[in-house]
Amino acid sequence: MIRRFLPLGVLVFCALLPLAFEQYKLYVASLTLVYLILAIGLNLTLGYAGQISLAHAAFMALGSYPVAILGPRGLPFELGLAVGVVLAFGWGLVVGFPALKVKHHYLAMVTLGFNIIAFLVLRNWEGLTGGSFGISGIPRPAWGPINFASDRAYYVYILGWAALVVASAYWLLSSRWGRAFRAIRENELRAAVVGVSLRTYKVMAFAIGAAYAGIGGALFAPLLGYIDPGAYTLDRSIQFLMMVVMGGLGRFEGPFIGAAVVTILPEVLRASEGLYLILYALAVVLMMLFMPKGLVGVWDWLVISSKSRI
Amino acid sequence: MTDFVQLLVAGISIGSIYALTAIGFVLLWQTSNTINFAQGEFVVLPAFAMVLFLVVLRWPFAIALVATILVSTLLLGWLVKELLVTRLLTMGVLPLVIATIGLSLFIRYSLQQFWTPLALPFPPIFPRVPIRLGTIIISWEEVMNVLLAGLVVGALQLFITRTRLGWAMQAVAQNRTLAAVLGIDVSRLVTLTFVLNAALAAVAAILIAPVYLVKYDIGIGLGLKAFYAAIIGGFNQIRGALLGGLLVGVVETFSAAYISSQFRDAFALLILLAVLLLKPEGLWGVKEEWAS
Repeated sequence: MIRRFLPLGVLVFCALLPLAFEQYKLYVASLTLVYLILAIGLNLTLGYAGQISLAHAAFMALGSYPVAILGPRGLPFELGLAVGVVLAFGWGLVVGFPALKVKHHYLAMVTLGFNIIAFLVLRNWEGLTGGSFGISGIPRPAWGPINFASDRAYYVYILGWAALVVASAYWLLSSRWGRAFRAIRENELRAAVVGVSLRTYKVMAFAIGAAYAGIGGALFAPLLGYIDPGAYTLDRSIQFLMMVVMGGLGRFEGPFIGAAVVTILPEVLRASEGLYLILYALAVVLMMLFMPKGLVGVWDWLVISSKSRI
Repeated sequence: MTDFVQLLVAGISIGSIYALTAIGFVLLWQTSNTINFAQGEFVVLPAFAMVLFLVVLRWPFAIALVATILVSTLLLGWLVKELLVTRLLTMGVLPLVIATIGLSLFIRYSLQQFWTPLALPFPPIFPRVPIRLGTIIISWEEVMNVLLAGLVVGALQLFITRTRLGWAMQAVAQNRTLAAVLGIDVSRLVTLTFVLNAALAAVAAILIAPVYLVKYDIGIGLGLKAFYAAIIGGFNQIRGALLGGLLVGVVETFSAAYISSQFRDAFALLILLAVLLLKPEGLWGVKEEWAS
């Protein structure tokens, strides 16, 4: 009983705590939630279905830009979000399609290439995206008289979407879809033999992960009210990869730990960007060597050792 | 016509450097299933080492060259193999992919943080006087890049096809388990491949340094192009990587000149996507069996 509800309680506490924060801390908390949504998407694609994606930042951009383009023209935020999710999902299908033909190291390359092309398009299609200057003055969502313009209200709004994403991912992964994804990750041939349609599930694992990235991207755009292509580079995709790997691949708790560590730690350390990237890179390598299950492995170990003590 | 020939020579010249980088990459994949995402940084680090020995310490060129190759083979060949690959080799492809991504970031940002974020100039190795063939002007650099790369690839090819060690490498590439059963020390051969790759990368570094400036982040583009080259040409063949490298260099140079310099990185990528969809084994590769 306690084991079941304790994590949930901790989660609710952590989610509501930032409401007591001000400006900068509140911003970091909002960003963590956005990254949590993105990390959940990537964990679905990579952690559960075993399809590596280095294009997550590009899918995020597909979510951000519709909001940034439609919002200042007076259209509701949710419309931009819907357009973004559809775009991300659609491109997820397109990019995921080669996944049927190629093994994961090729897939890493295809997705990486997609991210580079997406960045080039964002930077050079000035008429639509504002080029390297980006787009500013992106409004936050409003429902008639209720608006989410203040930082605190917008945090609550993001929290609502995050809860929705977490719940839907939980439902998805405990359904037959989740089982099919895991079967493919463990052994493609065996999964195919017992009747899992590789074609459908592999492409869908990709597209659904991309759609979650679209939601995260849409919520990201009004956070600062300004976006430019620099936010959607390959480095950002790699950052998401690190989040998922650090948290723990293919574990539901993974993205929570990963998003929190990767977003909050550098803000706390306040080191220069170069230095913390070095530390992260080192951490990723060491993690692969000594803790391939990620930080969630530490948690497991603590739980198990505390049990054996009793 | 003059432009065309000059661009072609420039493309082949830069392409031969890509090919050098790609060949090592393919060798690593063949013997150890390592997709080295740090391949670009494997070129950048020796380039910085060369700057250290040649420009900062003012050693004579030959000594600096030998020292660079030594540093590269020790650090990026032997050490990486012993520390990273030996342990991760048994765990499948993905952990190694992620670990090498980490390694690439580590090298890149360490150079930026502890050395310099600026581009370092590199003294030209070859005479600056251009070669004139009628109206066509070609630089010594371009010619020597192609010749040296050709020489290195030729020597490598001889090593692989004519020596016992080379045969053992081929055996390991074809079937690691069977090679081990036949009494080949697989681990030692993987180390040898890493050392070879590091040496090739060091040569590529010395050739590329005067073309680009030496900067901490040029490895991103280089590593990518080596990867494109390997996939386009064929991942499991040295000749494939050679063809792919030249093709990427030429396509990139022509598209930048004739179509759009802003999208120059995109054209090689489009070929890559086409190859992946239509002929996944590469233009000059051999089909692999189903394996997971």
